[in-house]
Amino acid sequence: MDPFEQHEGTVAALDRANVDTDQIIPKQFLKSIRRTGFGDNLFDAWRYLDEGEIGKNANERRINHDFVLNEPRYAGASILLARDNFGCGSSREHAVWALQEYGFRCVIAPSFADIFFNNSLKNGLLPVVLDKKYVDELFGIVHHEAGYTLRVDLGAQAVLGSGFSAHFDIESEPKRQLMEGLDDIGATLAHADAIREFESRHRRRMPWVFARGGNTR
Amino acid sequence: MAGKTVYDKIWDAHVVAVRDDGMTILYVDRHLLHEVTSPQAFEGLALAGRSPWRRDANLATPDHNVPTTNRAHGVDGIDDPVAKEQVLVLDDNCKRYGIEQFAMTDRRQGIVHVIGPEQGATLPGMTIVCGDSHTSTHGAFAALAHGIGTSEVEHVLATQCLVQRKSRNMRIEVDGELPFGTTAKDMILNIIGRIGTAGATGHAIEYAGSAVRALSMEARMTLCNMSIEAGARAGLVAVDDATLNYVHGRPFAPRGAMWDRAEDYWRTLVSDADANFDAEIGLDATGIVPQVTWGTSPELVLGIDEDVPAPDDFDDPAKRELCERALAYMDLEPGTPIASVPVDRVFIGSCTNGRIEDLRAAATVLEGRRVAGSVTQAMAVPGSGLVKEQAEAEGLDAIFRSAGFEWRDPGCSMCLAMNDDRLYPGERSAATSNRNFEGRQGHQGRTHLVSPAMAAAAAVAGYFTDVRELA
Ligand code: SF4
Repeated sequence: MDPFEQHEGTVAALDRANVDTDQIIPKQFLKSIRRTGFGDNLFDAWRYLDEGEIGKNANERRINHDFVLNEPRYAGASILLARDNFGCGSSREHAVWALQEYGFRCVIAPSFADIFFNNSLKNGLLPVVLDKKYVDELFGIVHHEAGYTLRVDLGAQAVLGSGFSAHFDIESEPKRQLMEGLDDIGATLAHADAIREFESRHRRRMPWVFARGGNTR
Repeated sequence: MAGKTVYDKIWDAHVVAVRDDGMTILYVDRHLLHEVTSPQAFEGLALAGRSPWRRDANLATPDHNVPTTNRAHGVDGIDDPVAKEQVLVLDDNCKRYGIEQFAMTDRRQGIVHVIGPEQGATLPGMTIVCGDSHTSTHGAFAALAHGIGTSEVEHVLATQCLVQRKSRNMRIEVDGELPFGTTAKDMILNIIGRIGTAGATGHAIEYAGSAVRALSMEARMTLCNMSIEAGARAGLVAVDDATLNYVHGRPFAPRGAMWDRAEDYWRTLVSDADANFDAEIGLDATGIVPQVTWGTSPELVLGIDEDVPAPDDFDDPAKRELCERALAYMDLEPGTPIASVPVDRVFIGSCTNGRIEDLRAAATVLEGRRVAGSVTQAMAVPGSGLVKEQAEAEGLDAIFRSAGFEWRDPGCSMCLAMNDDRLYPGERSAATSNRNFEGRQGHQGRTHLVSPAMAAAAAVAGYFTDVRELA
């Protein structure tokens, strides 16, 4: 995972609450066994007028010019401004991979669905929770100012732009992992002895967890 | 000291270590895998030169992508080459790492959340995870069960643990008796309608109260299944006789002396009288009528006797906009009685309602009746091979078939429409699954979530209708 310290980029505003992961990356693309190849199909059913299929050439698709991300002012956007409960629904991590591959490094919203939030942290996509009043303010600014950029500084836990600044909270450990680009499996395996010790105690206390139809004491 | 909730008890029994930053390393007892969210996890494992921590904690089955017809040839019967590769990759990974798999031709194959309980691989007090958000289903057994992403699948494979922050406790107490013609599906849709799709975010829900106690295990699974649709990763029900009776004798469940020991422990999996809940919600079951969702989020739900709302019915501007978008997508006019809306396809199945009781409930409505001529397709998809066998032994397949339903092989099918079972643009379904998101059942398809009995009633009438009047 690439470290995330700070990032500056154009903000795209997606003014819908409860954007679910079925919208972020529709099911037909989940047949892939790879971690890449999802960027062209981010928000597929909203972005294009024709139905998306795996392997369809994006250049031959019919663009939905009414969809915000297709507006020229948002070309090259790397910060997504969203509404409440972003990423609800299915646990598919493909949603995070698609957002990243499209070019997003950060999503700002008043709230996120739990699983999506976790998945983002694991991949270095920074989910920033900002109070609704700040999000409202940002929607107002981005709406009026084409090409508006923000700088998201993870170390300082700040979102900064012309005429805007806000502080955000994030837990210390995910923050450290994001900033250092740490392998969190490696971090847990550093506790391997504790896991083994727990496991043998657990096995004595609850042998049925390990036994598969067993009948011993 | 305050007492503990069931969630607290299971959590405490699985804490390996608390890290300096306050995050908990939590031990995972059971890990369920399927073809869609595991390949990248296995790939990551191989790239890092790691192997599964405890092979026998894992149980795998292909379900999301498998066709529900032409199954005799197993993987070779899958026409779609991309889907086929995914199922083959699961086969390979299971062989390579020695993970037990109910493969496509195995009679025990089925939807991962149906087969876990069916096999007794889901036991009370366990921590259970799966790369699928409906893992909350297993909470019906007083297990702590929730969905995870693919990175976490890899993490669990490699370490047998998850790094977690504890959720808050929420109790939803449903008292009174569910009226005739209503089910656990109507109960959970009604709850989601009240608290919203983010109403329980950050919480583990315990469903309690006399109406919940009265539910069968299948019905409790339906209830817990949709916890995620209220924003909760986990939902559970305390242990009682029904729990133990269901588990007893299942292939993975303990036997003999070990059963006795386990039972002693499992009996403690009830919330203490003085346990503290961060949020409490009370509900009277007697007022619940059969539910039908009308919009593109499970919280947009109505009683069968109600009319489609108008944007002005909502005070919150965000809800108003959601309503407007949903009306447009669903092609519905405000004020339309939901009980007059015609359906094109009917889907009975999924991890929410693909169990034997669900099929029985639908068959009761269908017996001696026919699917309306205006309905393009009606499909019954058992949740597992064993559910299918049982249904056939009871003659349910004959009832479905003679009513004009297609009787399919097990899988997720039209719940998410990764295979050929799907809605076409503009079509409307009555579905017993759990998500009515835009395009969930097919590009530009329109989904209405209902109970199995209500789906059967809609199939017979050709439009949504009150099953209580049919019976
Ligand atoms: S039946 Fe539907 S909700 Fe359940 S696991 Fe399959 S796709 Fe997911």
